[in-house]
Amino acid sequence: MSAQAKATYAPKRRLFGADARVAFLYLIPAFAVMAIITFYPLVYQVWMSFTNFGPANLNVRRPAPLDWVWFGNYVKILTNDISGIPNYDFIRIVSFNLFWAFSNVIIHLILGVAIALLLNQKGLLGRSFYRAVFVLPVVIPPIIVATVWHNMFDQSNGAVNFLIAIIGRQPPGSVNIAWLTDPGNPIPFFPLLPLSYFALLAANVWLGWPLNAVVATGALQSIPKDLYEAVEMDGGGAWTKFRYVTLPFLRPAMLPYAIYGFVITFNLFYLSFIMTNGGPFGRTELLVTQAYRLVNQQQLYGVAAAFSVIMFFILLTLTIITNRLTKATASYVD
Amino acid sequence: MSTDNWDAAEDTSPIAHPAIARTSPQSVAMMRRRRLLRGIGRQALLQALCIFVAITVLFPIVYVFGVALDPRNIARPDGLNLIPPNPSLDAFSRAIAKPSPNNISFLNLALNSLQLAAATSLVSVAFGVSAAYAFSRLKFKLRSFLMIAVLAVLMLPAVATIAPLFVLLNGIRFGDFVLRNSIPGVALALISGALPFAIWNLKGYLDTIPKDLEEAAAIDGCTRNQAFIYVILPLAMPALAVTAFLGFVAGWTDFYFSWMFLDHPQNFTLTMALYQMVGQYASTTPWNVLSAFAILVSLPVSVVYLIFQRWIIGGLAIGGVKG
Repeated sequence: MSAQAKATYAPKRRLFGADARVAFLYLIPAFAVMAIITFYPLVYQVWMSFTNFGPANLNVRRPAPLDWVWFGNYVKILTNDISGIPNYDFIRIVSFNLFWAFSNVIIHLILGVAIALLLNQKGLLGRSFYRAVFVLPVVIPPIIVATVWHNMFDQSNGAVNFLIAIIGRQPPGSVNIAWLTDPGNPIPFFPLLPLSYFALLAANVWLGWPLNAVVATGALQSIPKDLYEAVEMDGGGAWTKFRYVTLPFLRPAMLPYAIYGFVITFNLFYLSFIMTNGGPFGRTELLVTQAYRLVNQQQLYGVAAAFSVIMFFILLTLTIITNRLTKATASYVD
Repeated sequence: MSTDNWDAAEDTSPIAHPAIARTSPQSVAMMRRRRLLRGIGRQALLQALCIFVAITVLFPIVYVFGVALDPRNIARPDGLNLIPPNPSLDAFSRAIAKPSPNNISFLNLALNSLQLAAATSLVSVAFGVSAAYAFSRLKFKLRSFLMIAVLAVLMLPAVATIAPLFVLLNGIRFGDFVLRNSIPGVALALISGALPFAIWNLKGYLDTIPKDLEEAAAIDGCTRNQAFIYVILPLAMPALAVTAFLGFVAGWTDFYFSWMFLDHPQNFTLTMALYQMVGQYASTTPWNVLSAFAILVSLPVSVVYLIFQRWIIGGLAIGGVKG
């Protein structure tokens, strides 16, 4: 990004005289607002994270004295010593959160590219109709998606169990899978994933692949047709075309999008919060939903601030790793 | 997909093709029929795949409309009733008449959501565009430092700033008025994330506007401000509209700030009422009313998104998004 910014920016000569003073005037409205409501709260957050800020400290007229606890909140978070949150396990939350984001993004990518290829087939009838239908999940707000899928996975009245009953030729109501609350492990040797993970996965795959398909379609349309003809002339088949023409063109377009999708999925609040409410036993809790619960339900403002600081460093690490990966694998176009 | 000689010959005229021209008329007819059959088979396979995908996409949408339009007014669906006979809009009128056990009307909920959405959208775009212009076109000290500061904020999810925003806005009081416990307070919390996003998104678009246009304006005697107002702003209109819309969606669909900050039911928003229907009031809320309410909340943004999706998704591909 910085290379691109430099390229578009570096002026050959000054057009309108001194930039610096003008720049100040153009920046001041936004940065004055952000200084107060964006940057100051972030600094305040770091300060809060070293205190035991709680509901008693909210009283403005007679604030309770604030204790400086140094790294006490951080130690509590990392050693699973937070009172009031049942089933809290920091390592499990981070592992589940990472697995959640990776598994989703990989499925989104594969489905997105596969369906974009399907829609790109020569002579497909009704192409624009399918394009219009397939983009529908993108336009529905995630909180609505989470609400609807929450009901669809309901144990006794949910559409998913009704559908399974119809497919199995059973009367409605005979299938009673507790998708969102069953405490068992569907994969016995991998106890990280309860059944509700798969319900969340189904909802998020529904929600996530269409945007990948849109991005992949754009990339597919930019591939020069004569490259495919060249492969045909050399006697190459469909796989050769995909491997040596389609894939090298898709990768530079899809990789930044995959990273963006990873961050979005990593921080996806609504599905976990509304569909499973973090359950069963907190096993589908994500870092964002746990951070929210610390503030909203436990009112542990100091601990929540420390939790957010830890989250920031996890995201920073992930961003640095993914940036390295992008650079290491970028070769074709860059 | 097979790519043997028959497919390769598809685009060229059969008469001109040497392989076909040399064969007897009888076998040409046979080959044509075989090619036609293969084309039909391939089309049928493609259609089957596309229809399957379309069914999976449409299933939840048809389902929620089916539940909302069911005329029987039952608390819970008793089976998969995707297209109910004699559909009725009764659930919609019930959702509008009494959306919440709290003493607040649908209109008030919608107006509160609308205020949040409008404030987030207008403030973030109005303040964001001039900063984006500075980042895109001007050279100044601290430029990369400030840009990294904006990007670092974007990396952090909005939920992660909720504790300090709650505490700080809670401290701002005028008599009985607590800024935290008000629509303007929630709007400020939303703008704290929407403004850096607007700057980043708009800068990405301004970078794509050629500099020649400003150079031409400069030669014609424009000042920097005139070039910005009369040349750049009109050209950036699509990006401004998209960014404003995304800010609107952020405000309209906000849940966690409103739910955390607002105590008085007369300040509640549509998404808060929706969450109550699956949360604390889940046992007393009929699913047809819930489904109708979900459709009503989603409809304004979904319809606009659907109509302008080409521009919105294109705008997203240039910028980036905060989740």
